Amino acid sequence: MSLLEIENLALSIGGTQILRGIDLAIRRGEVMGLVGESGSGKSLTALTIMKLLPHGARMAGRVHFDGIDILAAPESAMCRLRGDEIGMVFQEPMTALNPLKTIGEQVAEGIRWHTGANRADAETRARAMLERVGLPEKEFPLTRYPHELSGGQRQRVVIAIACALKPKLLIADEPTTALDVVLQKQILTLLRELVDENGMSMLLISHDLAVVAEMTDRLTIIRDGSVMETGETGQVLSRQIHPYTRQLAHASTHVPARARASKPAGAAPEPLLEVRGLTRDYPVRRAGLIRRASTFRAVDDVSFSLHASETAALVGRSGCGKSTLARMILALDRPSSGSIRFLGKEIGGRSEEALRPARRNMQVVFQDPYGSFNPRHRAERLVAEPLHLLDEKPDAARRRDLVAEALEQVGLSRSDMDKYPHEFSGGQRQRLSIARAIITKPKLIVADEPVSALDVSIRARILDLFADLNDRLGIAYLFITHDLTVAHAITDTVMVMHRGKIVETGPTEAVLRDPKSNAARALVAAAPDLKRSLEDRLAQSARG
Amino acid sequence: MSFDPVLVPAPRQRWLRQAFANRSFLVGLIITGVVALMALVSFFWTPYDITRLSVANRLLGLSAEHLLGTDHLGRDVLSMIMIGARNSIVVAIVAVGIGMGLGVPLGTWAAARGGWADEVLMRANDVVFAFPSLLSAVMITAIFGPGAINAIIAIGIFNIPVFARVARAGALALWPREFILAARAAGKGKALITVEHILPNIASLLLVQGTIQFALAILAEAGLSYLGLGAQPPMPSWGRMLFDAQTRIAVAPHLALFPGLAIVLTVLGLNLLGDGLRDVLDPRLRHQR
Repeated sequence: MSLLEIENLALSIGGTQILRGIDLAIRRGEVMGLVGESGSGKSLTALTIMKLLPHGARMAGRVHFDGIDILAAPESAMCRLRGDEIGMVFQEPMTALNPLKTIGEQVAEGIRWHTGANRADAETRARAMLERVGLPEKEFPLTRYPHELSGGQRQRVVIAIACALKPKLLIADEPTTALDVVLQKQILTLLRELVDENGMSMLLISHDLAVVAEMTDRLTIIRDGSVMETGETGQVLSRQIHPYTRQLAHASTHVPARARASKPAGAAPEPLLEVRGLTRDYPVRRAGLIRRASTFRAVDDVSFSLHASETAALVGRSGCGKSTLARMILALDRPSSGSIRFLGKEIGGRSEEALRPARRNMQVVFQDPYGSFNPRHRAERLVAEPLHLLDEKPDAARRRDLVAEALEQVGLSRSDMDKYPHEFSGGQRQRLSIARAIITKPKLIVADEPVSALDVSIRARILDLFADLNDRLGIAYLFITHDLTVAHAITDTVMVMHRGKIVETGPTEAVLRDPKSNAARALVAAAPDLKRSLEDRLAQSARG
Repeated sequence: MSFDPVLVPAPRQRWLRQAFANRSFLVGLIITGVVALMALVSFFWTPYDITRLSVANRLLGLSAEHLLGTDHLGRDVLSMIMIGARNSIVVAIVAVGIGMGLGVPLGTWAAARGGWADEVLMRANDVVFAFPSLLSAVMITAIFGPGAINAIIAIGIFNIPVFARVARAGALALWPREFILAARAAGKGKALITVEHILPNIASLLLVQGTIQFALAILAEAGLSYLGLGAQPPMPSWGRMLFDAQTRIAVAPHLALFPGLAIVLTVLGLNLLGDGLRDVLDPRLRHQR
């Protein structure tokens, strides 16, 4: 008999149908993957199992957990279940912990509540649990607060809370989406070990097929609240019988076709962008009154150059200083020392007025397609924003023409001009921010994780668009990413950054195939790879 | 998904429908509307002329001729309340206007500028906050002489730090957002970004704070005129009417009742309106009910 059985589950919230007949069964000790793009209803399926739905939610169907009818269970019974029998790990480790309580208290809380253990016993168990998730007491005493930990360490605390009582079912909702690839690998390994040790079942929710292929025994693919396909992971992903499965698999290994921009023969006269000895220090809060304020070196003596029409990736783990570097190049932050020359002119330390020609030729695309637009303006005004940099201000009609042209370049239409940002989907919004970036016909676009917030199929199309714009308009890119598949798909050269320094530079292919530095090796080894994990799986089943 | 519902504007019609479905907004709007209407009408017409005294008709009770009775000088109470409403509203509008007009630029400037300017401004704010506002208003009017204009200035000054703080907090939360960074990458200066991007996004915060400060200003004005430091006779004001009624409370309780009710209802109405506005403008609160 299965531990969790969901039959024909339907859910509507405020009149909107969200789930339409979900069937899902998880056996004891099994890891089930739930895959779908954003808005497909995967998180709400998980919340239904916990019965943590928002007000106004109506459910129909059958959800049985270990013989208990969840949909009929009263709130008091659910409270006993949550955290004891079912544990949950959330996506965002920054907000899943109470900032005012120590990590020890937060782990012990559930133990005391469910087992009635006294404070000392609960603390002993909390200590053991934190030790198990890789936060030994010597370095991470129970009295630490969440803000004193890094993102990966916080996610470990969240896992400790979820697993403290050895639940029968662990639900992990995109547990590694907010982390870089190296941390992702560590956290996934930890989850796998905990599941194996305690004989738990796990429902792993993810949009990343490579992660699911590596982690799960079986998977269920959902779209628009309906199950598309379900079955043994290796079979489903290698046979790809269902068209939607095929589409997802193709999208996640997609490499845009590019007319290889043949490098101009002979060294180009002058690089488009040249960075020399760039350093940025941040003051660190003083530890005591007497102690001198120390500094944190976010970017440490970085030098590189980028030629016209060239695409380069800046790859590194989170916190390695890549975004700080990008901001200095964009003249949004001042370097502590070193020089940035763009189009032959120094950028650092110049007035906003003197920067106008540089800004015109250098635009930016950000990660979050939701956050990068003022929600109160229409698309026309948003896309037209950089036109402010032109010396001759275009009149209203000319402005509309320029905006329409930019929109058409990125695959949107003229009629989208009068919409507000929230009327666009995530992928369309990212197209909109690219339109905004190309409207002044720049020579360089700095893109800070431009596709990491997007679903795989949309990501593939946006990468195509980037490649296409590079071919057609000859725009050079500096791509900042922690995702090697993205770097691989779109760039000629890659620079690997580690603790503020560039530790390796080379052609993308070569670096990915044969990384020389430790930092690059760690990144390559940790990157989830759909093809590789499927091959491993097949090899295993052939042996077994 | 880092999706922030606060910043999604609803199309205008939906916004209005939601506003009118919100009970406290509707009740607040009706009460405030009635008071404002009384004040407006008083410019053109009042049941009686309040400068004409008629001792024969003093201290009448409620009747068909004098709906709310007459006071110790035979003036019609309803007429006085109508003109008092006008007085209260003018004082409150100008005082809140002073607060917003100076506080919002200061607050957004501090947020945009940062560093020592921010620090100096906010500490100056704290200094103003440290004075009990009504007592200081009493002090100001005591020095510069009583009167409606001095009352307005006194109340207005203490509104500045309130708005400066709200505007600064709202602006600080917006500055690191990506759409602001994008605007900076587009070469826009801080002043332009503040006008184009920051202000529209903190407008709802300021609007809600505005209704609350409006209610407080009406209370403050009533307090000052009760002490004889606000509008001077013969200009009627609610606080003054309460003061005059105080000694006759045993003979004519209605003289204290109606101006008191006017103050209470107006403040209540404005608070309900502010509460409702906050719910309507902040979708996070809306979904919780």
